Amino acid sequence: MKSRRDFLKTTGALVLATGGTWLAGHAHGADPVLGPAELPEGTLSSSLLEALPGKVALIKKSWRPPNYETPVSYFNDVFTRNDAFFVRYHLANIPEVAAVTWRLKVGGESVEKPIELTLDNLKNDYEQVEVAAVCQCSGNRRGMFVPHVPGVEWGPGAMGNARWKGARLKDVLTKAGLKKDALEIVFDGADSGVFPGTPDFVKSIPVWKAMDENTVIAWQMNGQPLPHWNGFPARIVVPGWTATYWMKQVTSISAVTKPYDGFWVKSAYRIPRGKFPLVDRFISQETEVNTPITEMVVNSLMTNVANGMQATLGQAFEVKGIAWDGGYGIARVEVSQDGGQSWRSATLGQDYGRFSFRQWTYLLTPSQRGALNVMARASNRAGATQTFELIANPAGYHHNVVQRVALNVG
Amino acid sequence: MKIATMVIALALAATTVIAAEQRIALKEGPGRDKIEANCAACHSLDYITTNSPFLTRQVWDAEVTKMIKAFGAPISDADAKEIAEYLTKNYGQP
Repeated sequence: MKSRRDFLKTTGALVLATGGTWLAGHAHGADPVLGPAELPEGTLSSSLLEALPGKVALIKKSWRPPNYETPVSYFNDVFTRNDAFFVRYHLANIPEVAAVTWRLKVGGESVEKPIELTLDNLKNDYEQVEVAAVCQCSGNRRGMFVPHVPGVEWGPGAMGNARWKGARLKDVLTKAGLKKDALEIVFDGADSGVFPGTPDFVKSIPVWKAMDENTVIAWQMNGQPLPHWNGFPARIVVPGWTATYWMKQVTSISAVTKPYDGFWVKSAYRIPRGKFPLVDRFISQETEVNTPITEMVVNSLMTNVANGMQATLGQAFEVKGIAWDGGYGIARVEVSQDGGQSWRSATLGQDYGRFSFRQWTYLLTPSQRGALNVMARASNRAGATQTFELIANPAGYHHNVVQRVALNVG
Repeated sequence: MKIATMVIALALAATTVIAAEQRIALKEGPGRDKIEANCAACHSLDYITTNSPFLTRQVWDAEVTKMIKAFGAPISDADAKEIAEYLTKNYGQP
């Protein structure tokens, strides 16, 4: 556990990095809706609120491929609206897939009898299950890394929580006659790069995770068809694991006996070994130095307060937030209103399952004028808690540094 | 995907994705034309502005190399050098 002194050192660096305006929350004259002041200056100045077809205005990080972040205010709801759900693509060729012509091939050397599914097959031939689960980009909050690292400079909104309905991947693999020698299950989607030499976005997961009863091929999200930008007509849902494995517009599923060696698994989405308190391992892909990212780290976000917001002396108000983790479930959320010296438990909201956002509230009464530093930290049932000091890694994954918001009490 | 499918996909993408894309006026300077001719084929140029101004010469070099070696961007050595130089000078760590 880091001491308060260490934490202050970290936040001190943040203040310097943003010209000393971090506490005011208006660095670079940017609109705070576009993201926290810790984001790179160039990120804030090139972001804007813009609506893709079928979506509300989201924070545009890049046009092509499209990367759009959900503004924090939408996280005041425990489930994220489909039309406000973040959009993340690696490659620019994204076809519109028609429900009637879509086919899902299930094959590979480790199945006895390859099959091909229509959307009707997926909906009618398998038991339908629904799971509430957080879909979070591995690089959510990358833009808040100190020092900054290259990539899509996300603020806190490259995530969302939804009820995903579909067939269990396990049932589909079983129908295709999954063999005992299967090592990994490989997913491909309909998107592709512009040049033939660009590695297609293909991902694999260990067979044990594919056979987990919570891993599904989802065709419905919050009771509606998936939006085009979130994978219509069907995507893979891997509860607990970061969104990189949640293949959108999935067109093929292959069971293989050897570690998949494509760029997006072999080189991308890797974290240094031994730095994060993870439990799920992807052993067939581990090297001496790194391993594929797997489950999400425990995290939280205050959703109804922002730096510089006014509060009134002696007048109670409710701080709202959410907490989530890699599927162990949230054990508690604690809030500090003295910059981290003392902590008190927040009240947890309804439990929608261990993969879902868990809402929480905390009633706060400002007792003196001036700056009031509110912090929140979540802990999960596996005993992990958020970090006070960033765990550096080259690709900027797993940012779960305790958030701090400075209110002005007048 | 096969090339024929890819061409169709690109045409579709042109109507759905690129519709919103605005022209990004990168800073004037030698090499800007090379960026517009090469980099913009695969991604909008806000990838550059958003990743600024904090990358060192070494990291910009590595990014350009990654686009060629890992992502298969057909960029000549001469252009690559000019691109990395432009990025370091105009969008690098001050």
